[in-house]
Amino acid sequence: MAEAGAPILAAEQVSLRFGGVRALTDVSFQVNRGEVFSIIGPNGAGKTSMVNCISGRYRPTEGAIRFDGADITRVPTRRRAGLGIGRTFQNLALFGHMSVLDNIMVGRHHLLRRGFLPGMIYWLGGAQDEEIAHRREVEEIIDFLEIQHIRKAPAGTLPYGLRKRVELARAVALKPRLILLDEPMAGMNLEEKEDMARYILDLNEEWGMTVLMIEHDMGVVMDISQRVMVLDFGRKIAEGTPEAVLADPHVRRAYLGEADEVVRDIDESMPV
Amino acid sequence: MSATTPSGDFRTSYREDMTIFPTRNSRIALWAGLALLLASPLLLGRYELGLLINIGIMGIAALGLNILVGFTGQISIGHAAFFGFGAFASAWLHEGWHIPVAFCIPLAGLMTALVGLVFGAPAARLKGLYLAIATLAAQFILEDFFARAQWFTGGVAGRITEPFALGGWVADREETYLYVVVAYVVVMFLGAANLMRTRDGRALVAVRDHYLSAEVMGINLAYYRTLSFGIASFYAGIGGALYAHYLLFVSVEAFNILFSIQFLGMVIIGGLGSIMGSLMGAAFMVLLPEVVQAGADLLAGGAIDRALKLGASISFLREMAVGAAIILFLLFEPDGLAHRWRLIKAYWKLYPYSH
Repeated sequence: MAEAGAPILAAEQVSLRFGGVRALTDVSFQVNRGEVFSIIGPNGAGKTSMVNCISGRYRPTEGAIRFDGADITRVPTRRRAGLGIGRTFQNLALFGHMSVLDNIMVGRHHLLRRGFLPGMIYWLGGAQDEEIAHRREVEEIIDFLEIQHIRKAPAGTLPYGLRKRVELARAVALKPRLILLDEPMAGMNLEEKEDMARYILDLNEEWGMTVLMIEHDMGVVMDISQRVMVLDFGRKIAEGTPEAVLADPHVRRAYLGEADEVVRDIDESMPV
Repeated sequence: MSATTPSGDFRTSYREDMTIFPTRNSRIALWAGLALLLASPLLLGRYELGLLINIGIMGIAALGLNILVGFTGQISIGHAAFFGFGAFASAWLHEGWHIPVAFCIPLAGLMTALVGLVFGAPAARLKGLYLAIATLAAQFILEDFFARAQWFTGGVAGRITEPFALGGWVADREETYLYVVVAYVVVMFLGAANLMRTRDGRALVAVRDHYLSAEVMGINLAYYRTLSFGIASFYAGIGGALYAHYLLFVSVEAFNILFSIQFLGMVIIGGLGSIMGSLMGAAFMVLLPEVVQAGADLLAGGAIDRALKLGASISFLREMAVGAAIILFLLFEPDGLAHRWRLIKAYWKLYPYSH
């Protein structure tokens, strides 16, 4: 592990193109160990694309992603769980026919060692002990997120707010050092948002996870993040403390939809 | 699994909460059923025992297909070919290598698993219709192989097999072979139930339900899609080997595509993604022709027969009934017999307070 002060995640001039569409252009930023870092921006600004680059869903066209100092740009998606990156999805991505408990146990996949052969002889190959040990840890997550009453329910039958929580539980079960939350509060009412904000803060402070979050609710972003990055049309237009970012004229223009000379200048100076 | 348990059924440890048969009544029913099955040679005739044996054999193979289709969300329309490969493999191992039949059956399962992995390799990349066509190719390639590979299958003449023997005990009749099949059914079904409640089983279902987030959870999609084919073929191979040593003769023509569709029918009727459903579907498919036959015998020579001039075509009712059953199940009971069974259990659990 790198020294404490070093950033846990660094994006270095990341660009992402789909044919002629430029989803991200030259985005660089760092997330420090132990902070809550938010990405905000209007719809279509490239926030989810950025998170997809970090979780491995997309591979940046140019630039590099560094996690814990190591270049992970070309590491396959499935290996990133083992590195310590967990995520939730903007549009729910639970395993609908599995119980909540099994959904969360899938999060332990990379931590479990007993494959299908010891699994089939459950009692003999140590699979049972392993399952019970992990069940115990998973129950702690269930307690923490207050979803005890639904642990045996099929995930697909749950109401939206609970599904969001189960998805968070599944990501937490990965034991990530960096957790990526894609709009964890979208579509929630005020009470659910407050709960979720509390969970995120607890994850950050008590469970020691670095949080990278996309969120539209400015109130929540201002309250719980230490630093904020603003994307607009795939470009970084501001980064800093929440107060500084909100005061930034480019950000105000991006959100108000006015023409922004600076952004346009950058646009014209870019080689196409 | 239902979230409700009967009152008075408390679990005080995670171990108790993670059993295959969750309630006391279900365990009692299991042991009672097994005892009845073991006593059945005393109670039933050879024909009925033969039906039980067939249900067990088909149930094992159907369970394999259910792991592939129901749990992993893949498709295979070549399952009977793997079933056939297992049958020939076991016969060949015994005759060519003089391995005792008791060991030939698991070895045949392993050989079939290897063949399944080869034909399942495209599954790492293909989905849906494309995969269906790829497995169709497996069906035809294997059928052609059966017809041509004289050394392995005996060619068009087929292959005569030896009965199951262990020590001095020979299981050459229904009364004795039933025990072999029951033992395999118990082992194979427990294995599948254990698989589905541990790491790799959950990974298979995760691949089915949401492969993108499965990948983020660290699941290797290509590995599990191929593994699923290997496991399905292993089950098919075991089923086929048991079949070979039951009939004592393996014919090249038996393992055609119709047979493969029948396996799919068992899985759909029994319930996709249900372990016990595989056995229920197999029982349904084995018993349905018997019921239809009984009905046809009643009809034969009767008023309806004369009025419609059915004559010899009455025997085709069997085939039509199988087709009609699949269609009716897809329309009215798409979750299969297992789902119906769950509803019945839930009803009695809450009786008489169903709300």
